[in-house]
Amino acid sequence: MNPLAFLFRTSLGKKYLMALTGFGLFAFVVVHMVGNLQFFLGREAINRYAYFLHSVPELLWGARIGLLVMVGLHVWTAIQLSAENRAARPIGYKRKKALGSSYASRTMLMSGLIIGCFVIYHLLHFTVQVPEVNFTGKDFHDLVDAEKHHDVYQMMVTGFLQPWVTLFYIVGVGLLCLHLSHGVSSLFQSLGLRTGKYTPLLKSFGFWMSWVLVIGYWSIPISVVLGLKK
Amino acid sequence: MNLTLKIWRQKDRNTTGEFVTCQARNILPDMSFLEMLDVVNEDLTRSGHEPFAFDSDCREGICGTCSLVINGIPHGGQKGATACQLHMRHFRDGQTITVEPWRAKSFPVLRDLVVDRSAFDHIIASGGFVSVNTGGAPDGNALPVGKVDADQAMDAAACIGCGACVAACKNASAMLFVAAKVAHLGLLPQGQSERYQRVVKMVNMMDQEGFGACTATGSCEAVCPKEISLDFIAQLNRDYLVGCLKP
Repeated sequence: MNPLAFLFRTSLGKKYLMALTGFGLFAFVVVHMVGNLQFFLGREAINRYAYFLHSVPELLWGARIGLLVMVGLHVWTAIQLSAENRAARPIGYKRKKALGSSYASRTMLMSGLIIGCFVIYHLLHFTVQVPEVNFTGKDFHDLVDAEKHHDVYQMMVTGFLQPWVTLFYIVGVGLLCLHLSHGVSSLFQSLGLRTGKYTPLLKSFGFWMSWVLVIGYWSIPISVVLGLKK
Repeated sequence: MNLTLKIWRQKDRNTTGEFVTCQARNILPDMSFLEMLDVVNEDLTRSGHEPFAFDSDCREGICGTCSLVINGIPHGGQKGATACQLHMRHFRDGQTITVEPWRAKSFPVLRDLVVDRSAFDHIIASGGFVSVNTGGAPDGNALPVGKVDADQAMDAAACIGCGACVAACKNASAMLFVAAKVAHLGLLPQGQSERYQRVVKMVNMMDQEGFGACTATGSCEAVCPKEISLDFIAQLNRDYLVGCLKP
């Protein structure tokens, strides 16, 4: 078989694609959280960081296209594999006990679909900044700081003061971390890197990373809602 | 003990089946699950009804023939044991027990609780062997095998091919079975020369037979009567990747 064709045709090949793109997206989620946490360093720090990210459009768009390709492949393999998996059991059980499997592992498709919806909203909300979806009556494009740069800090504070928006964010990020609590350790399984003595290490890495991520991401809207950051 | 059974009844592979309720009377706690079904079948035969068809052979947990999903768990949930080694003392008097066949497209029901597991044979025939010339038995220790490799190969070779992994998997995936069969040959020196062709052929046959893919939930490992480890699946994934990329 053509060494690359197997990636797109066989079940294991699709699992490799899912694992590789999952790893890339996991790395993005970690970097994105670290970047966001500069919110706690104050207005100047996060606005400067945002300005820095947008300063080289070639790199910015390179990263964006890269992420989009990864999301596309991740979703495509998920759809393909789910369809094949469903077809593999046309008649289900009357009674079924889920033994030895975590809740996260059994609900990867559902958590993934909701995360997909959340990501689309999140992009419209904070990246494209469509005024109609932020429910504040303001246009985030108009927010500028003392240096005439886009005021990301103010956008986050204003955005997270909307209860429904914040709730969706909390749920979306929560499901993302549930997804990752299974995904991070099992991507190493799919790539054949999780054996023997590495298994407990990778399992706890996945578990703790998802907690670090959920706390990191939640800390921002929660501090806004509690009025700690204005 | 008296029990109520909800059992799958299906005439043949082309008819749709249904659950029927029947009573299991005068069951002794020391009977195995299969012996309990024998008693039920004898009662049915005496009263002029058709007994339930189910698979069994050795009845000592080593052949992998019995294939019952009992109360939603393949082999009934006793750790490291097949249904024939599950005893009625694990049930309560008066309990209702649901008994179903393995459910997978690749394991069509032939009758009642009997499924056709030829798909596993096809996977083995596609590459689950070593091509060696037969002859006199080789000298002991002529081919040194490391202790760790020998132990792991033996752990994998413990697979009896019952198909509980497929039955338990939410995707009806045969990965644990294929992984065990690939590993027990791939870990030993005799299996090296065909190692990578073997894994590619067996996985491709697994796909062709219509089994699902692995989500690494761990359900297969939990119900496996021989407690085959999920680590073998990781090794299968690694070997397959190497096999596909090898020139």
